[in-house]
Amino acid sequence: MSSKDSLCQKFTEKAELVSAFVTTIKTEDEALDYTINLCDKKQACQLLVSGCEEGLSDKAGELCETKQTKVIAAPGLKKTLYKELAAKSEKAGFNCIDSGMRDLLAGIDIGFTYAEYGIADTGTLMLDCPGEELRLSTMISEFHVCVLPTSKIKANTYEVEKMMLTRMKKTPDYMAYITGASRTADIERVLALGVHGPLELHILLLEDD
Amino acid sequence: MQKAHDLKEYRDELRESLDNDFLRTTLDNFAIAYRAGRANAFKDMDVRSLINDIAESKDIAGKNADKLFRDFKRNAEAAGIHVHFAKDGAEANAIIAKIAKDTGCKKIVKSKSMTAEETLLNHDLEDEGLEVTETDLGEWIIQLRHEGPSHMVMPAIHLSRYQVGELFTEVTGKEQDAEIEKLVKVARRELRQKYIEADMGITGANFAVAETGGIGLVTNEGNARLVSTLPRVHVALMGLDKLLPSLHDALRILKALPRNATGQQITSYVTWITGANECLSAEDGKKEIHYVMLDNGRSELVNDPLFSQVNRCVRCGACANVCPVYRLVGGHKMGHIYIGAIGLILTYFFHGKDKAKNLVQNCINCEACKDVCAGGIDLPRLIKDIHARIQDEDGHPLPSMLLGKVLKNRKLFHTLLRAAKWGQKPVAEKDGFIRHLPMIFSKEHSFRALPTIAEKPFRDWWKENKIKVKNPKHRVALFSGCVQDFVYPEQMQAAVELFQNNEVSMTYPMEQSCCGLPVQMMGEMKASKDVAIQNLRAFETDAYDYIITLCASCAAHLKHNYPKLVADNPRLKAKAEEFASKVIDYSSFVNDVLKVEASAFTKTGEKATYHAPCHLCRGLDVHEAPRELIEKGGLEYVECTEEEVCCGFGGTFSMKFPELSAELLNKKLNNVEATGADTLLTDCPGCIMQLRGGLKARDSHVKVKHVSEVLAKNKK
Ligand code: SF4
Ligand code: SF4
Repeated sequence: MSSKDSLCQKFTEKAELVSAFVTTIKTEDEALDYTINLCDKKQACQLLVSGCEEGLSDKAGELCETKQTKVIAAPGLKKTLYKELAAKSEKAGFNCIDSGMRDLLAGIDIGFTYAEYGIADTGTLMLDCPGEELRLSTMISEFHVCVLPTSKIKANTYEVEKMMLTRMKKTPDYMAYITGASRTADIERVLALGVHGPLELHILLLEDD
Repeated sequence: MQKAHDLKEYRDELRESLDNDFLRTTLDNFAIAYRAGRANAFKDMDVRSLINDIAESKDIAGKNADKLFRDFKRNAEAAGIHVHFAKDGAEANAIIAKIAKDTGCKKIVKSKSMTAEETLLNHDLEDEGLEVTETDLGEWIIQLRHEGPSHMVMPAIHLSRYQVGELFTEVTGKEQDAEIEKLVKVARRELRQKYIEADMGITGANFAVAETGGIGLVTNEGNARLVSTLPRVHVALMGLDKLLPSLHDALRILKALPRNATGQQITSYVTWITGANECLSAEDGKKEIHYVMLDNGRSELVNDPLFSQVNRCVRCGACANVCPVYRLVGGHKMGHIYIGAIGLILTYFFHGKDKAKNLVQNCINCEACKDVCAGGIDLPRLIKDIHARIQDEDGHPLPSMLLGKVLKNRKLFHTLLRAAKWGQKPVAEKDGFIRHLPMIFSKEHSFRALPTIAEKPFRDWWKENKIKVKNPKHRVALFSGCVQDFVYPEQMQAAVELFQNNEVSMTYPMEQSCCGLPVQMMGEMKASKDVAIQNLRAFETDAYDYIITLCASCAAHLKHNYPKLVADNPRLKAKAEEFASKVIDYSSFVNDVLKVEASAFTKTGEKATYHAPCHLCRGLDVHEAPRELIEKGGLEYVECTEEEVCCGFGGTFSMKFPELSAELLNKKLNNVEATGADTLLTDCPGCIMQLRGGLKARDSHVKVKHVSEVLAKNKK
């Protein structure tokens, strides 16, 4: 196996260990279709925001009502790709946005992003998001779909250290390592996903060379 | 939080915890799952060298804290961040309250920060009329219950889903199930609303990186990201101990922190914030960020020759995860704000002597925490030292002072032991146990039978049986320790027998006395030192190849603590180092030096299990030797569950906290009996006393022996 393949394999194995869904794709188009499909299937087409079905205080319940339609957020994409996604979304009956995240804090369905790097030994995505819209789309989405070009997978964090420093020195900066979905084990140590952030993380490995 | 005024009240509190079945079961399950999870997370990694590297880098950071702070501040300010320095908790809280006032903030969301717990920040902010909401699920739960955290990483580990369900019913005004998935969803919705309303977000920081002026935050829930993104003002409160020179230092710690904390390879989110980043709800589109750097005694601590290592703590909580005492009583009783082993130490420095004085006595010195610590901190040693400091300040309790005085005078001590042999006559049984507990013991001690003092101490036997060995291959000195000398001399005699057959010439220096560990455990440092000096003088170190002891606790104390105890006297220190380098435990000597073979023993095939004494497995890092000897000695070794967990003896600990000692012993014996073995072997007379006494009290048929006894018996 080439070293690139073994990095990919390691990355996949580690990401799946923390319940991320990893899929290999050949083109960006596949990524868009994957996202549209996922949004379609999500919650059996119901318009629910995670948690709204539970008994909430009146105030928290009100927030749930602010959501009117299924939303895919894809800030920070290159223009052509965003256009395509927006077209596909419209066809499927979803709202596709690249800004205005603060108006949708009750939650969006899918945040669609690109990772800068992948870190194989922990199955981690590295996303630099100094811009607030991109950042929020990875936090308030129920599902986070992230494209990771396989050429960007590095063995461990030390190998991204230089890149991180370069970015950090161009302040201000806000960078994240994301590994799996948001999780908690605070009640009786039982693992529960999606406590504040995404309930699911979907990683699309794009074979880019 | 720790409220007890004296040891008696503290013991009452401990008893309450012991009676809390839910807590006990959770902590038990957790302890077992944690061990497996951690081992798995560190698989194929060189943990020791990682820990050493972290220790070294944190030590350097501690030494340079002033400069690091200047660099950090300069870089952070250049990137548009306001940096404050607070000398204590009150000052930090005042700074934060003022920021809120100046920026017109009313509602605050917080992401978990131990430092804010340390300064009791919420109280002060609420007093200022601000609304503060914890967003970490566990923290939110305990905030709603008006409690403190009971674990550094899992603050609500003491609560059941039912308790949380009831709490959420109250909070939402809607009936809630006790289903965890659902409760988590409820929290998700309820808290989302809080983020939206908040104008200020407060986080801690796991790393403060001087070279970038940025911070790193490690979370699983993702709340720190929301807290640092949505509100227009962000305040990060951190201790000076979070300062690191470079990103590389942070990445290195990140390798160990989640693995050690929860057995995760990495947490879901690691967030790196540098500079005043974009904030669309702020007028100028920029977030207002303040770093509040807290000293609260830290800068003094890093200058202390012994306690500077406290700065290495990365707050992973592992020292609580493995602590057998924490496992019995939970964090509210094993700490004040910070809990577990490090909690006992930090309580003294951050919250004062009064809060710490009872807590520091509740350490059995099993060294499990030291073994697991991500920063390689010698926690048990520091705990004992604080105990000693407090006694020096407050006065020494009578029993510990008396023991100290007695031990300083070997002749008096031995005379008392000999007198005790006569004193016990009316209560002594033929089977080697005392029938009724003497008056000085209350009924809490009845969980185990106590042994009688032997007819003839080892030293008297030795005088009559000077063993001569022709053509010796090894020259050794024997160190018996008090228990084997006066209670179980047959264990020493068994060793002598085997040594004699293996061309080992032996010396038993008559001036030797107790190793001194018991008085050190009681916080009598001065007496411990005096006893060490006596023993060092009793041994002509250069006349032997090895100094052998059959007591794991003595061995570890002689080896690791003697050189430290006399460190201020260069001549004695050199002697102590030579002495220490020659100290070896019985099993390692017989297995690794004498290299005995199975062919030298009769095979009985009898099933035997093993108890690994704390001071052997962790204190001396000896694991294989005794187990190999059991097999070589003709027995069939059956592994016991939690073989390397403390039996609850801990010398004077079992006198002070009999209920805890009884529980630890109980667990141990259940595991032992479950193996189906008839024989339980171990390497420490203290453990033998505890285990035998406990088995006798439960009328068990399992026999406890020192490894030396089996080898002598089965020797061909
Ligand atoms: S030495 Fe043992 S009992 Fe003491 S704090 Fe450490 S783990 Fe707990
Ligand atoms: S003392 Fe060591 S084990 Fe305990 S929290 Fe700190 S780093 Fe972790």
